[in-house]
Amino acid sequence: MSIEPAKEAVVAGEETEAGLSPLPPGRSKVDVHLREILRDVLALDPEQVDGFDADTGLFGHLPELDSMAVASLFTEMEDRLDIIIEDDDVDGEMLETYGGLLTFAEGRSTTEDTPEDGSS
Amino acid sequence: MALTFDSNREHRLLVLPALFDEANKMRRQTVEVMLRLELSGVDTFLPDFTGCNESLQPMAEQTLANWRAGAEAAAVHFNATHVFSIRAGCLLAPPHQPGWRYAATTGAKALRSLLRARTIAAREARKTEKTDDLVILARKDGIELAGWPIGAALFAELEQAVANTDSQQATIEQSDIGGAGLWLRAEAGEDPEQADMLAAIIAMGTLEP
Repeated sequence: MSIEPAKEAVVAGEETEAGLSPLPPGRSKVDVHLREILRDVLALDPEQVDGFDADTGLFGHLPELDSMAVASLFTEMEDRLDIIIEDDDVDGEMLETYGGLLTFAEGRSTTEDTPEDGSS
Repeated sequence: MALTFDSNREHRLLVLPALFDEANKMRRQTVEVMLRLELSGVDTFLPDFTGCNESLQPMAEQTLANWRAGAEAAAVHFNATHVFSIRAGCLLAPPHQPGWRYAATTGAKALRSLLRARTIAAREARKTEKTDDLVILARKDGIELAGWPIGAALFAELEQAVANTDSQQATIEQSDIGGAGLWLRAEAGEDPEQADMLAAIIAMGTLEP
């Protein structure tokens, strides 16, 4: 998986290459990776995925997301975010919106992360 | 049955496709790579495995051992000089054959995705199916996953199957060709740049003296 410098630049607490920050501040690493995964699984433009917010509808709202596609999504999330997704984890809330899925992924991830909310 | 581009040339590539749900998703891209290789001077052969597509054999009776034997037989039949295996197709590649493995995966991972698709579909239909229960069922009686009837023997083999570690085949990771693997997508598709890269790697390796 190639890492694009522009995306690297917005991860809080890390040095930026060119000082450019085209994406909103405050995105966790998990958030950045999750958007990449959705981009790859849904074959969407990066700009479109970048525009996802907490209320963006996923399962039930995006026709591409059938059960096989969700299975692929979860497999990629497990591989790239280094988490495990059990049967019991899967509920409507985590699947329905981008915010729900991100909350789940961040809760599971043990990746070190420094959110840009002023706390350290 | 096979899709072949055979001009009786010296360089002959057996192509072992992705399996199950990924077979459909990768089919067009696989053929795109074959078309490019055809233009580059490499004959290519893409067999259908017994139980799949137009095969008259029931899918539910297939085993990995059958399919591996089928891959060996295809290599002999087409006089293959090299083999190119894709995703879980790498589990079938004859180990002694030089060639490439693209984005190899394990049988366990392949099953995991399929089992997960089933439990998610069940949830949508307001039924409860637990992965652990499905595995017990599958090992005993076989199981249908994403429309694929997988017999008990095949299921058990897949749980343990990994690409042969003795093989001399080179590894091609997705990061070597750029972009995202097309097996991730919901629909079949193609990516010309990825196909160019894959064909270039294979052509250079096949045609060099």
